[in-house]
Amino acid sequence: MELDVVLLSRLQFALTIGFHYIFPPISIGLAWLLVLIEAKGYRTGEQVYEQVGVFFGKLLGITFVVGVASGIVMEFQFGTNWATYSEFVGDIFGGPLAAEGIFAFFLESTFLGLYLFGRHKVSRKVHLFSTVMVALGATLSAFWIIAANSWQQTPAGFVVQHGRAELTNFWEAIFNPSTLLRYFHTVNGTLITGAFFMAGIAAYLLLKNKASDAAKISLRYSIVFGLVASILAPFPTGHEHARQVARTQPAKFAAQEGLYTTQERAPMLLFGLPKDHPPEMRFSIKIPGLLSWIAYGNMDATVQGIDEFPEDERPPLLLTFASFHTMVGLGVYFVFIMLLAAVKLYRKTLWNSPKLLRILVWSLPLPWLANQAGWIAAEVGRQPWIVYGLLKTRDAYSITVSAGEVLSSLIMFGLIYLLLGTLYIYLLVRNVKRGPEPLQAGVA
Amino acid sequence: MDLNTAWFLLIGVLLTVYAILDGFDLGVGVLHLFSRDDRERRLNLTAIGPVWDGNEVWLITGAGALFAAFPRVYATVFSSFYLAFMLLLLALIFRAVSFEFRSQVDSPSWRRLWDWAFGLGSLVPALLYGVVVGNILRGIPLNEEGVFTGSFPGLLNPYALLLGLLSLTMFTMHGAAYMTLKTNGELRERMKQWVSRAWVVFAALFILSTIATFSMSPYLFEGAPGNSLWWFFLLLFLASTVYLPLATRREKYFHTFLASSGSIIGLIGLAAVGIFPRLVPSITDLAFSLTIYNAASTPRAQTAILIIALIGMPLVIAYTAYVYWVFKGKVELPEKGY
Repeated sequence: MELDVVLLSRLQFALTIGFHYIFPPISIGLAWLLVLIEAKGYRTGEQVYEQVGVFFGKLLGITFVVGVASGIVMEFQFGTNWATYSEFVGDIFGGPLAAEGIFAFFLESTFLGLYLFGRHKVSRKVHLFSTVMVALGATLSAFWIIAANSWQQTPAGFVVQHGRAELTNFWEAIFNPSTLLRYFHTVNGTLITGAFFMAGIAAYLLLKNKASDAAKISLRYSIVFGLVASILAPFPTGHEHARQVARTQPAKFAAQEGLYTTQERAPMLLFGLPKDHPPEMRFSIKIPGLLSWIAYGNMDATVQGIDEFPEDERPPLLLTFASFHTMVGLGVYFVFIMLLAAVKLYRKTLWNSPKLLRILVWSLPLPWLANQAGWIAAEVGRQPWIVYGLLKTRDAYSITVSAGEVLSSLIMFGLIYLLLGTLYIYLLVRNVKRGPEPLQAGVA
Repeated sequence: MDLNTAWFLLIGVLLTVYAILDGFDLGVGVLHLFSRDDRERRLNLTAIGPVWDGNEVWLITGAGALFAAFPRVYATVFSSFYLAFMLLLLALIFRAVSFEFRSQVDSPSWRRLWDWAFGLGSLVPALLYGVVVGNILRGIPLNEEGVFTGSFPGLLNPYALLLGLLSLTMFTMHGAAYMTLKTNGELRERMKQWVSRAWVVFAALFILSTIATFSMSPYLFEGAPGNSLWWFFLLLFLASTVYLPLATRREKYFHTFLASSGSIIGLIGLAAVGIFPRLVPSITDLAFSLTIYNAASTPRAQTAILIIALIGMPLVIAYTAYVYWVFKGKVELPEKGY
C-alpha cells in the first residue's frame, strides 16, 4: 500500500489535537471553580477552602502541564505538516496564534507559577488575584484558538489574491459568523468538564470518608456550577450554534443531523445508522418537523439535505452523524445527572446517596468524551475542506515532507501519548486516593 | 523603519528573550545531569519551577509571531526541518512533564527516570537552537520558488553542529550563572566552576564558529563594517564575555548573569544584523532567499498583530518581572513541592 502523506498528516493531527484537548477543558473549568472556592476562603478565612484549593490546585498543575506539553505540538504542526495551508492562511490564521501567546498563554503560565508556588510568598489578595488570572488566561487562550478555527469554518474579512487569503478586515476575520457562538458553546463544555471533574473526585473522597468537609464543599460548588453549565449547553449555546451551522455550513448540518434529502418539515433523528454511497439512513427514530424548527424556528421550513451537494463536497456521513449524536446524548445525560444531584443536595440527602455518588465518580470522563465528539462533529463535518469552500484538506499538506517522515513522527506521538496518558491517569488516581492534605491545627 | 523591519526586530526580540530566559532553565537542565544528590536536584527544580513555563511561552509566541508576520518562513522552516522539530517536540514534551511528575512518587528509580527526562529534554533543545540557527546562517537549499530541496541529514552538517555546540555551551554557562544567584555554599562553588569552565569552551567555540562563518557565509559580513549596530553588538558581546569571568571571580553573581545575558544578546544581534533583510538565505543562490519582503504577510495583517503586540507585551513584561521579584533570592527547599 502506498503511504499517503495527507492521510498520515491527518491522522497525526487528529491524534495530537485529540490528546491535547483532554487537558485544556479540565484546566479552564477547574480554574473557574477554584476561583470561586479560593474567593470564599479569602472572604471567610476558613482553612478548609484552602485545603480544597491546594488539593485541586495540585491536580490542576498535573493537568496543565500535560496540556502545555501537548500544546506546543499544535503550535508547530501547522508549519511542519500543513505548510501549503500555512502559506495560504498565514495572513489571517497566524494572528490569533500570536495573540494567544501574547494575551493568554503568558498570563496563564506566569500566574500558574505564582498560584502553585506562591501561596505563602505573596499576600492572600495577590494569591487570589493569581487564581483569577490563571482562569482568565486559560479562557482567553480558548478564544483565540476558536477564532482561528472558526475562520476555517466560516471564513470572513479576506480576499483571495496572490494565491493566498489576504486580510481585508481584522475584526471581521476574528469575529467571523461562527466565532462567538462556537466560543460560548466550547467554553460551556469546559465548565461542564471542570464541574464533573471536581464532583467525581469529591464524590469518591466522600465515599471513602476522606476529608469529608473538603469533599462536601467541593461537591456543593461543582454541582451548582455543573447544573447551570449543563443547562446552558443545549440552550442557548448549543441551539444557537446549530442554527448558525444550518445557515453557514449546510452540508455539515445535513451530515450531523442525518438529513440526506432536502425536505420541508424536516425530522429530527434521535437515532439512526448512516450509510455512505449512496447516502442512506437506516433504523432511524424521528420526530417530524423538529429539525426545521431548530434550524429556522418554523416546523414547515425547508432544510437542505446532503443531496444538494456534489459528492466530492460531502463530509463523511457516519462519523459526523455518530459523533454529533454522541455529544447531544451526553449533553442530555449531564443535565439529568446534575439536576438529580442538585435536588438531593437541596434536600440534604446527597451525602447519604452512595449510588448517585458512585454515578458521579464514573461520570467523570464523560464530558471529555462529549468534548471529543463535539470537536469530531465540527472538524470532520467541515471536510473535505480545510478552509470551508476555499481550500481542500488534500491540497494543504507540506509537499517537502515525506510519508516516511510523517509515519515515524506519528508512531512517535502515538507512543509518547500512550505513555503520558497512562502516567496522567496513574498520577491522578494516586493523588485522589491519597486525598487532601489534612488541615493544620492552630494555624489561622 | 518600515513594517517588515519592525517585525524582523520584534521576532528578533522574542527569540532573544527566549534565549535569555529559557536559556538559563535549559542550562540548569543540562547541569542537572551532573548533579551529585537528590537535594541538589531538588534545588535545581525549585530554582526554576515557578518560571520555566512562562519562559517557554516566548518560543511559542515567537513561532506564532513568525506565522503571523512571515507565513512563508514559518511554513518553509517548520516543514524543511521536519524531523529536527519533531525531535525538539519530543524533548520539550518530556521536559515539561518531568517537573510535575518527578515529585509525585517517592521512589529513587522513578525520580532517576524523570531526572534523565529533564536533563536530556533540556540538552536537546539547547543543542538544536544552535543547529537551526547554524543552518539558517549557512543557508538552506531553496529553489527559485523558495521550496526546500534538501534533506534531513543535510541539516546535520558540521557547521550547524558546531553552532549547536556553541549554543549548548552558552546555555550551560548561562544556567550555571543563574544558579550562582540562587544557591549557597558548596553548590554555588561548583556552579562558579561550571561558569568558568564553560566560559573557556564557549570562547574557544566562538572563535572557531567565527572562522567557520567567515568561510561558510561571507555574505553575513558584507556591509558589517559600515553598520553601527553591528559594532554595537560586537562591543556588547566582547565586553560582556570578557567581564563575565571577572565578575564571577569577584563573586558579583548578578553581574555574571547580566554578562552572560549580554553575550547572548550580542551574539544573536550580530547574526541578525548580518542576515538582515533575509530571513532564510538560500544556499543554492542567495537571490532565492526568503526575505522580510517576499515572505511577509500583508501590511494590514502585520499592522493588526503589531498593535496587539505593542499593547500586550508591556503587560507581559510587567507581570513576568513581578513574578521573578516574588521568587527572588536563594532557593529554599520546601517541605512540599519538588
